[in-house]
Amino acid sequence: MSQRVGGGQVEELDPARRRLVVREALSVGVATGAYGLSFGALAVAAGLDVWQTMALSLLMFTGGSQFAFVGIIANGSGAAPAAIAASSLLGVRNGLYALELTQLLGVHGVRRVAAAHLTIDESTAVAVAQDDVRASRLGFWLTGAAVFTFWNLMTLLGALLGNALGDPRTYGLDAAAAAAFTALLWPRLRSRDAVAIAVVAGVVAVVLAPALPPGVPVVVAAFASFIAWRERREDA
Amino acid sequence: MSLWLAIAVAIAIAFGLKLAGYLVPENLLAEPHVKRVTAALPIALLAALIATQTFTGPGGAFVLDARLAAVAVAVVALLLRAPFIVVVALGAATAALLRSTGWA
Repeated sequence: MSQRVGGGQVEELDPARRRLVVREALSVGVATGAYGLSFGALAVAAGLDVWQTMALSLLMFTGGSQFAFVGIIANGSGAAPAAIAASSLLGVRNGLYALELTQLLGVHGVRRVAAAHLTIDESTAVAVAQDDVRASRLGFWLTGAAVFTFWNLMTLLGALLGNALGDPRTYGLDAAAAAAFTALLWPRLRSRDAVAIAVVAGVVAVVLAPALPPGVPVVVAAFASFIAWRERREDA
Repeated sequence: MSLWLAIAVAIAIAFGLKLAGYLVPENLLAEPHVKRVTAALPIALLAALIATQTFTGPGGAFVLDARLAAVAVAVVALLLRAPFIVVVALGAATAALLRSTGWA
């Protein structure tokens, strides 16, 4: 499954390859960032001030958790424990991404803290979509920085001006996110194991979704990755 | 609980969860079986995310709507080796068009 070239090379990533990664990172950053406008508007409507709204986008920086937190806190301060629980459950998957990213990025010290902060669906997806470790690292940092920049700018705009664009679904932005993740996962679906893992995880998550709190079905579905436990010849 | 305190606690947990994965000892992750599983984790998580983004609505209910059409168009574009931006734009355009015409 892992066709990445080992780390430590000194040659530069070739320019054409580099442009592809930059393009992926920027388009994911812009598409995801646009949602920041809805988040900012929703957070202020839920009773947060602009500083509290910006604290979430700058410091929590994980969209699903942020939406869940403000959606529940809108019911009043008595809902705080439930809001914290919901945002935390949705944040578990970032920790699971980190298990792979820590090996892929090879970061230590302050860079490790920065990498942890930028560990979200989008940066992970662009990183693992690459078949070369240098492209993966570039993809991770660029996507993390692009999403961080656009997400926070748009959150501020949304908090100050309200949601000028209206429902992002009108523009198909929710479908753009699903299409982008599909495109990023696509190159990894070459082995039979990878396809089996993706299908099992997808089915498990959808089947469990009505029964479990948001965030939990996706984490349970992650157990599908144990399909890769035993070695397959095709992966060698 | 004050709102600021709730925000601070939620932020601390969110960051703690992200950092936790980076603090797992390297030698634990270097074991070949574990290495294969952690490499597969993003595949499982992203596939689960795509599936819930495509098929579930409020309360996690199963829903078939414009999002499925959008992802289907994206898959066709991927099979035709369309560039990333084209795949994403086609997905968005499909959903926006179906919704504006009231078909899904």
